[in-house]
Amino acid sequence: MSKKSTDKLWLSGNEALALGAYEAGVKVASGYPGTPSTEIMENLSKYDGVYTEWAPNEKVGLEVALGASFVGVRALATMKHVGMNVAADPLFTSAYTGIRGGLVIINADDPEMHSSQNEQDNRNYAFAAKLPMLEPCDPQEAKEFLKTAYWLSEGYDTPVIVRTTTRIAHVKGQVSPGEKTSSSVKPEIVKDAAKFVMLPANARNRRKFVTERMKKLSEFAETFPENRIEWGDGTRGFITSGISYLYVKEVFPEASVLKLGMVWPLPEKMIRSFAEQVDELFIVEELDPFLELHIKAMGIRCHGKDLIPAEGELNPGIVKKAITGEESSGFAPVALPPRPPNMCPGCPHRGLFYALAKQKVFVAGDIGCYTLGFLPPLSSMDSCVCMGAGVSAVHGMAKALGEEGMGKEVAVIGDSTFAHSGITGLLNIVYNDSYSTVIILDNRITAMTGQQPNPGSGTNIKGEPAQMLNFEELCRAIGVRNVVTFNPHKINEARKILKEEINRPEPSVVISRAPCVLIPSEKKRVKVPYRTRLENCTGCMACLGLGCPAIHWVPITPEEAAKLGFKEKQKGHSQISVELCNGCGQCAELCKFDAIGKEEDR
Amino acid sequence: MNGKGNILFCGVGGQGILLASEVTAYSLLAAGMEVRKSEVHGMAQRGGSVTAHLRYGGKVYSPLISPGEADIVVAFEMMEAVRYLPYMHSGSKIIVNTHKIYPPVVATGKMVYPENVLDELTSRDIHVRELNAFDIANGVGEVRAVNIVMVGVLSTYLPVDEQVYVDVMHERIPERFRDVNIRAFQEGRKTAAL
Ligand SMILES: Cc1ncc(C[n+]2csc(CCOP(=O)(O)OP(=O)(O)O)c2C)c(N)n1
Ligand code: SF4
Ligand code: SF4
Repeated sequence: MSKKSTDKLWLSGNEALALGAYEAGVKVASGYPGTPSTEIMENLSKYDGVYTEWAPNEKVGLEVALGASFVGVRALATMKHVGMNVAADPLFTSAYTGIRGGLVIINADDPEMHSSQNEQDNRNYAFAAKLPMLEPCDPQEAKEFLKTAYWLSEGYDTPVIVRTTTRIAHVKGQVSPGEKTSSSVKPEIVKDAAKFVMLPANARNRRKFVTERMKKLSEFAETFPENRIEWGDGTRGFITSGISYLYVKEVFPEASVLKLGMVWPLPEKMIRSFAEQVDELFIVEELDPFLELHIKAMGIRCHGKDLIPAEGELNPGIVKKAITGEESSGFAPVALPPRPPNMCPGCPHRGLFYALAKQKVFVAGDIGCYTLGFLPPLSSMDSCVCMGAGVSAVHGMAKALGEEGMGKEVAVIGDSTFAHSGITGLLNIVYNDSYSTVIILDNRITAMTGQQPNPGSGTNIKGEPAQMLNFEELCRAIGVRNVVTFNPHKINEARKILKEEINRPEPSVVISRAPCVLIPSEKKRVKVPYRTRLENCTGCMACLGLGCPAIHWVPITPEEAAKLGFKEKQKGHSQISVELCNGCGQCAELCKFDAIGKEEDR
Repeated sequence: MNGKGNILFCGVGGQGILLASEVTAYSLLAAGMEVRKSEVHGMAQRGGSVTAHLRYGGKVYSPLISPGEADIVVAFEMMEAVRYLPYMHSGSKIIVNTHKIYPPVVATGKMVYPENVLDELTSRDIHVRELNAFDIANGVGEVRAVNIVMVGVLSTYLPVDEQVYVDVMHERIPERFRDVNIRAFQEGRKTAAL
């Protein structure tokens, strides 16, 4: 759906980045899904001539790209901001080895945490790892900057980070396609220990190179056309980058603006001269005072976070209010029932969490669709920190509480998350021997980010058949003696098994396996919906405890109750919206009055 | 009706809001306008409250609409229409699908769906156009075409010829859904003319 009748394309930032990677002649690209970065790899996988893959995690992805670069091809790694934490180890040392084929890392930050557990500002990584970072402001720039990044990477022997945010990644705008470029580097094996073997002696030499390189890049920044001054009225001058640039232009179209296309290293001379020529200098940036701190360190006076919020996203209204005090006025909000996201009708996770809620244990959770098990009515997740944390933390709890804690805590982790970061934690449980129980929620897919295949799915990024990870065998191979698998839609059986395994005095793994309703084969499968047999419903509300979006409560008056043939004191009945029901049968399993049945049984 | 404006689409994940905003954006582009659009993916798909911001005409910088600056709001669900009041100003126009979707707290009987919720809009200086897009879509034989019914109504507020939308739908919508969607679009337009 991207081609327009004229020559310009209508693309999201992520689609534009994929096109940019294609036009830059990228040969190998590896990434792990994560909002708002996921669509880059999904789109790139549709182009010919570029190898793409979903790696188990971001560290693996970056190392794959680094290997490709070492043999002289252009390589790409994509990740969301927290993925950079996982990939930080290779990131910092790849700054020392440098590259052979151009190497670019696309990092997507998520100010406002639309879909994330924190809102860290990854511009700080560029500073800390001593790497150049480009920051586009719209889809067209996203594509161009990615191509520029390859040119910089090969020109300065450095990995380059391209940083986006949600409002770049998921904004659509017009983009002109361009020429395909290619690298002058020859793909071949080159042995160069002094460059690639980072032992202390070699690393000390490369450390000097890094300093030299950053000096050269600082000089380059002074003349880089994407660091540009747009002169206007000189009373207020703005230094800004990325999406904040567009907000500044929207609110102050007449002001002087220094737009930084490269946010690290900074063009000190350009900044100094700009600052001297405006009456008052404002730094407008989302999240941390990154530019502000470095500009203040140059001894330049400016406004920044004294006015502009450091938390959450900006928008033109916020920028205007911060600088002029004028508020854009809409109507006051009205209190309404909240509408949080919910798991799909028929989601297998719902059955598992319903069964788990009855165990009254501490559920050390993790990140995925299943994190929604935290919300009422299931309310059965008690911690969620980062991918893999639940499995490691439950062992820590067991060691801290000893006998006292036995049977009182459990870890839950999704299949993709388990492959990403859960295996090492499980290994620790076995090796350092605790009674911990880990539940793997195997819905065959990475669902949260939009159904990407993972090592357990049996398909690769292009949907072709791939080796399928056998979770049971893996767990046994690392020494877990108790491995049980069940179908979470069978809630009553699930309850029994969970009770047994959680109370087991040695390591155990429970695999809760049923497919996500949104994977293609499930969407195609004809499902027989369930229906309320109204005459049998006693209004006990047992089925409502699932929180399935296809079931709702219909309150009734005593007169209506009488009319419907219910007991007078019955306050209402449950009702299934047949068009939403995916036929999982969980609610029928919970109903003790035979008031829910398959439509075909009628 | 002028050649510049901010349109806020809002509703519930799964209602086809992104496609509605895409068809609108393509039609404005085909009419030669500058357009920017912003969406949030991810959590939004799981039945939560969803928005898409679309800005067109003139020189468009920010892809986001600021509070108080939506000229037209296209609300796919009644309660969501009211939730985005802070984006509306005196004289804003709003198209509301009167179909209700219960959020979990209502579906589980913990809270009730606010009665006469549209009074919150009609009691203010806002032009409200109500319609049951669900019934209309059902009438053309495809309940999933609610989004295109809404586009049909919206099209009567925008400076773009009807034919441009039809051409866009011919180009963008897979053949097997095309006719029913074009019918949904035309029914939407008809409702707007009433
Ligand atoms: C380090 C890191 N990378 C990526 C993400 C984004 N992310 C959150 S949950 C998730 C996938 C979860 O998949 P799975 O564990 O299979 O659970 P499901 O959503 O299928 O229930 C991803 C990729 C993240 N939060 N942290
Ligand atoms: S997308 Fe899949 S895993 Fe996520 S809530 Fe829906 S059914 Fe469950
Ligand atoms: S069978 Fe019951 S729990 Fe499952 S999707 Fe249908 S209504 Fe929801």
